[in-house]
Amino acid sequence: MAAIELRDLWKRYDRVEAVQGINLDIRHNEFIALVGPSGCGKTTTLRMIAGLEDITAGEIRVGDRVVNEVPPKDRDIAMVFQNYALYPHMTVYDNMAFGLKLRKTSKAEIDRRVRDAADILNIGELLDRRPKQLSGGQRQRVAMGRAIVRNPQVFLFDEPLSNLDAKLRVQMRTEIKKIHRRVRTTVVYVTHDQIEAMTLADRIVVMNFGLIEQVGTPDEMYNAPKTRFVASFIGSPSMNFLPCRVVSGGNGSLALRLTDKLSLAVPPERAARYRSHLDREMVFGIRPEHISDRRPNAGSGFEEFEAGMEVVEPMGIDTMVFFSIDGIEICARARPRAVGPVGEAMPFTVDMNEMHLIDPANDRVV
Amino acid sequence: MSSDTATMPAMAKSERTSLALNRTPMWRQRKKLANYLALLPYIAFALFPFYIMVITSLKSNQEINNLSKSPFWATGITTDHYVYLAQNTGFFDHWLLNTVIVATVSTVISVSVGTLGAYALARLRFRGVEMFGVAVFITYLVPQSLLFIPLINVVNAVDSVVPIRDTYWSLILTYPTFLIPFVMWLLMGYFRTIPVEVEECAYLDGCSRLSALFRVVLPMAMPGIICAVLFSYTLSWNEFLYSLVFIQDQAAKTLSVGVFTELIRGDIYYWGSLMAACFTGAIPIVVLYSFFMDYYVSGLTSGAIK
Ligand SMILES: Nc1ncnc2c1ncn2[C@@H]1O[C@H](COP(=O)(O)OP(=O)(O)O)[C@@H](O)[C@H]1O
Ligand SMILES: [Mg+2]
Repeated sequence: MAAIELRDLWKRYDRVEAVQGINLDIRHNEFIALVGPSGCGKTTTLRMIAGLEDITAGEIRVGDRVVNEVPPKDRDIAMVFQNYALYPHMTVYDNMAFGLKLRKTSKAEIDRRVRDAADILNIGELLDRRPKQLSGGQRQRVAMGRAIVRNPQVFLFDEPLSNLDAKLRVQMRTEIKKIHRRVRTTVVYVTHDQIEAMTLADRIVVMNFGLIEQVGTPDEMYNAPKTRFVASFIGSPSMNFLPCRVVSGGNGSLALRLTDKLSLAVPPERAARYRSHLDREMVFGIRPEHISDRRPNAGSGFEEFEAGMEVVEPMGIDTMVFFSIDGIEICARARPRAVGPVGEAMPFTVDMNEMHLIDPANDRVV
Repeated sequence: MSSDTATMPAMAKSERTSLALNRTPMWRQRKKLANYLALLPYIAFALFPFYIMVITSLKSNQEINNLSKSPFWATGITTDHYVYLAQNTGFFDHWLLNTVIVATVSTVISVSVGTLGAYALARLRFRGVEMFGVAVFITYLVPQSLLFIPLINVVNAVDSVVPIRDTYWSLILTYPTFLIPFVMWLLMGYFRTIPVEVEECAYLDGCSRLSALFRVVLPMAMPGIICAVLFSYTLSWNEFLYSLVFIQDQAAKTLSVGVFTELIRGDIYYWGSLMAACFTGAIPIVVLYSFFMDYYVSGLTSGAIK
C-alpha cells in the first residue's frame, strides 16, 4: 500500500529503446491500467517496478524510498504473470504459503492467511492439488491468491487474463475488481485490451513506442483523448477519422467541409476553440456511437446527412452500419429497427457535440 | 449452469447405450498385438548378448570348451565361476568396491559442479556467456584418447604433492574432466526449458538467487538432474582408458580394467569368469536405471505455466 513514482524512466536493451523517459505518479491504493499495443514497453515498465529489469536511467520510488538499487525480494511487491508461473512441484497451499514461509511468518498465521485468501478466491477445495491438476481459470486464481496472502505494498499484473477464453476473461475481470475492493492496495495492471483497462482502472495510462500518450480516468480517455492515437485506441469499434477543412459558415460560425457536397456545422461553443485552424486541412474524429439513425427533435449540435449503406452488422442491442465518404469507410451505430436493407440510402444524425478535431501536423486533438 | 442440467438426461441415455459397447473393438486389439510383435525382434536383438553372458557364466569349463555343444544353452549349471571370482581375484573386495567409490564420488562432484555451471550459463547474463557455452561443448567433444596424455602429467604433478597415482583418487580427479562438460551440456538445455517467470516469482516472493535455485529451480529440474546422475554414473562405471593408464596396482583397479587384465592372460580367455564378472558388474547399473526410470518419466515440470 504505497504510492509509486516513475521519474524519467528509461530502458534500453541492446538495440531497442523499450521505454523512453516516462513520468508517472501512481497514488496510494490506486488501480492503474497500462495499455498500449504490443511492444510499446508495458511489460518492461512493470518489470522495472518489480526490480526484475535494471533501470537504464531515471528513478522509481515506492512509498518514500527510491528502489532503483533494491533487489526484488526486498521490494515487497507481488506480481501475477501472464502464464501464472506457479511452482509446479508444490501444492496450491504451498504455492501460496511460500512467500510467507520465506518471511518467517508463524505457521498459524500462514494457515490463517492462506485460508482467508482461498476463501476470497473460492479455491478452498483446491489447496491440496498440484498446479498441473488445475484448469486455466483455477491456476489464475491461485496465482492471485499467492499475491494476496503476502499483503504486499504493490500488486503488479501482466496481462493476467490473456490466456483465458473469452467468457472466463469477462468473469475474472469482474472478480479482480471485486478483489481490489476487498484487498485495497496499489495495483498496476498491464493489458493490451482497452476494455479491460476501461472497466477495471481508476486511471488509465496509454503507452505507445515507449512513451506515455496520455494519463486519465476512463471517462477522460473516452471523452477527451489528447492524441489521435488515444482516440483510436480507446473505444470499440474505434473512432472514425475523416480529412476535412475548417471553413467559415457565416455569422462567425464554423463548419467542417468533408466533401464538396457535405459540410457539418461546428457547435457554436466550440467555434472559438477551432477558429485558429480556419482554412486548414484537419482531421475530423467521431465515434460510431455518435453517428446514428435520424432522431426527430434531436436538439442543438446535431447535423444530418444521407449515405448508402454498404455493410450491416446486427449486434442485438444496436446495429453497426458501414458506409463510405470519399472512399473512407465510416462506421455508425444505429437502432436495429431504423436500419433498412443494404444498398439503400439511409439518413444519419451526427452528434457534433462529441466531435474531435485533430491537427494532422502533430496528431494532437485540438 | 443451466446448459449443464439441460444436457443431463441426454448424457445418461448415451451412457446406457455405450455400456453395451464398452469393449475394446477388435481392430484396436489386433493393432496392439501387432505393435508388440513388431517390438519382439528388437528386444531379442538387444537382450541376446546379455543372455549369452548369463548362460555362459553358468556353464562348466568343459561345456564351454566343447565345440560340439550348442553355445545357446547349458546342460548343467554351476556357480564355479562366481566362486572363482570371489576367491581367486579381487573382484568383490577390490574392483567392485573401487568402482562404486569412484563412480559415486565423481558423479557427486560432477553433478554438483555441472549443475551450478549449467545454471550460470543458462541464466546469468554476462559478457562472453555464449563463448563459455561453446567452450564447454568443445571440451566435451575432445576425445579421451587424446586427453589422457596431458592428464598423465597432471596426475604426476598432483602426485608429487599428495600421493594419488595408483589409487582411485587419480580417477576421481580425472573423471570430472569429461563428466562436468557432459553434465553442463545436458542441464543447460534443461534449465532453458524452465520458464524464467517461475524463478522471477520466487525472487518477488522473497528468494535470493541462491535460495530460488535450491527451492524452485532445482526441484523443477529434478528429471534432468537425475538423468545427469544416471549418465555420469554409467560413464564412470564403464570408463576404461584412464583407469587402465593411471592404475597398475591390482588392488586399486576398477571393474572394467580388473576384468580385462586379470581374466585374460595373453591369449587365454577365462570365458566363464569373464562372463560372470560382466554380468555381476552390469547388475548395479540395471538396478539403478529401473529404480529411477519412473521418477525420470514422471514429468514433474508439466503444469508450471498456462
Ligand atoms: N529482454 C529483451 N531484450 C531485448 N529487447 C527486449 C527485451 N524485452 C523486451 N524487448 C523489446 O522491448 C520492447 C518493449 O517490450 P515489452 O515491454 O515486452 O512490450 P509490451 O509488454 O508492451 O508488449 C519491444 O520492442 C521488445 O522487443
Ligand atoms: Mg507484454
